[in-house]
Amino acid sequence: MRLYFKYISMHFKSQMQYKTSFFFTTLGQFLVSFATFLSINFLFARFDSVGGFTYEEVLICFAVMITSFSLGELYGRGFDRFPRMLGDGSFDRALVRPRNVVFQVLASQTEFSRLGRVTQAALVFIYVIPRSGIDWTWDKILTLSLMIVCGSLLFFGLFVLYAVFSFFTIEGLEVMNILTDGSREHGRLPFSVYGDGILKFLTFVVPIALIQYYPLLYIIGREESFLFALTPILALTFLLPCYVFFRFGMRRYKSTGS
Amino acid sequence: MKPYTALFRIRFTNSIQYRVAAIAGLCTQFAWGFMYILAFGAFYSENPNAFPMTWEQMISYIWLQQAFMILFMIWFWENDIVESVESGSIAYELVRPMDLYNRWAVSIAASRMARCVLRAAPIIIVALILPARFRLAPVMDFRMNALFLLSMILSLGVVIAFSMLIYISAFRTINSLGTRLTVAIAADFLMGGYIPIPFFPDTVRIIAEFSPFGSMQNTPLLIFSGYLSGDALVRGLGLQVFWLVVLVIIGRILMARSLKRVVAQGG
Repeated sequence: MRLYFKYISMHFKSQMQYKTSFFFTTLGQFLVSFATFLSINFLFARFDSVGGFTYEEVLICFAVMITSFSLGELYGRGFDRFPRMLGDGSFDRALVRPRNVVFQVLASQTEFSRLGRVTQAALVFIYVIPRSGIDWTWDKILTLSLMIVCGSLLFFGLFVLYAVFSFFTIEGLEVMNILTDGSREHGRLPFSVYGDGILKFLTFVVPIALIQYYPLLYIIGREESFLFALTPILALTFLLPCYVFFRFGMRRYKSTGS
Repeated sequence: MKPYTALFRIRFTNSIQYRVAAIAGLCTQFAWGFMYILAFGAFYSENPNAFPMTWEQMISYIWLQQAFMILFMIWFWENDIVESVESGSIAYELVRPMDLYNRWAVSIAASRMARCVLRAAPIIIVALILPARFRLAPVMDFRMNALFLLSMILSLGVVIAFSMLIYISAFRTINSLGTRLTVAIAADFLMGGYIPIPFFPDTVRIIAEFSPFGSMQNTPLLIFSGYLSGDALVRGLGLQVFWLVVLVIIGRILMARSLKRVVAQGG
């Protein structure tokens, strides 16, 4: 763990060397999610609700998704850039070191510019939390934190899965973006809005709805059972197959030779 | 003219090689299209009267936007150009007896069109045979479709002329990543990439319509869907011509100025 923090502070220092560039990429990240926020805002200037959810409820959903995705990307960036590690052979170096491989890939990159998006989400939270009309008791605060923490781990799992595919293709598999970027973009609305089929898929196959739709129902008081608040923890089981696949891919790994 | 058609051919065949990327892009765009339709469908069933377009118009807007995305999105940068400016290899191009502005414009047009050809046809064909809820229903009117084509060409022109301004600014800033990112997001939003311009609140909508961004994908997509007709259509086409001319003039002036002061950093 000490070693990981050492890596993190190293990445931080190196990214701070290019302050203007860092500032602009962070600003860019902020603006991307700000544009999404504006489009939600414009839509709700016309409509009072969507699929039974109000503007404030949708904003909570949007901010949770942005935060968890960006945090997952912030520390999981090493897996996102994994195809490059395979391509230039730096993965081979990791394999010969006497440390856990997953740890090394994890520590190889930390992308602090993703904090731009987290800032956007924080602003939305500051706006929406007092206005939502929700009585913020401790259990709801706990639910919200669970959504964010487990959400970021779930996205991290998706990045790992993306890395696994590149064991076989060497290049990144663009199609995975449908799951990662797709759930970030379309997750601004509760997934039930997209209909039963999508909701079922995102509950049982790729359990993103478990960190979004179900706990949200608990937070806004639509569901009383505390089980709904705990669904994000259930979503973590998804990490298990991700890890197994990664080990499997690693066993089949052949170096590119460069 | 001949060197430019040759250049166009080279860039076109070059870009058309990326077939796997095109298939991946296709899948993503289908997924995106479906999700947009489902999301807007939820808003539509909430209150059809608050919807600024008819449902059929909305569907054609979404599918055409997905099909022609590569043609119109500002963020689809031509990395060769940026790199040649940043690395200094632009110096070679400057000694060639070809106008740099035209040269860049032609290669941008070629690579955008090549990538678009691979994606647009499958998306549109599949969108035509989908179940009724998602199906693209084209307006079978020869005159309107001709106007749509004309408007498509004009918007490609506006998009290229606008992105040229950013490429030219790379001469001054050396590292243009920040500017490119910021401009691309603002442009993407104002051209109706997140939600169509008719959904904007009135003041923002009018600003967006009259800005160069309103003359990009907005006009042809709205013509095709049948949202724009009569006077509004004529005004839309007029604005496109206006912005195309203005942006090309500004771009040429800026380029001439930058080239006068350009310093190739040795090497």
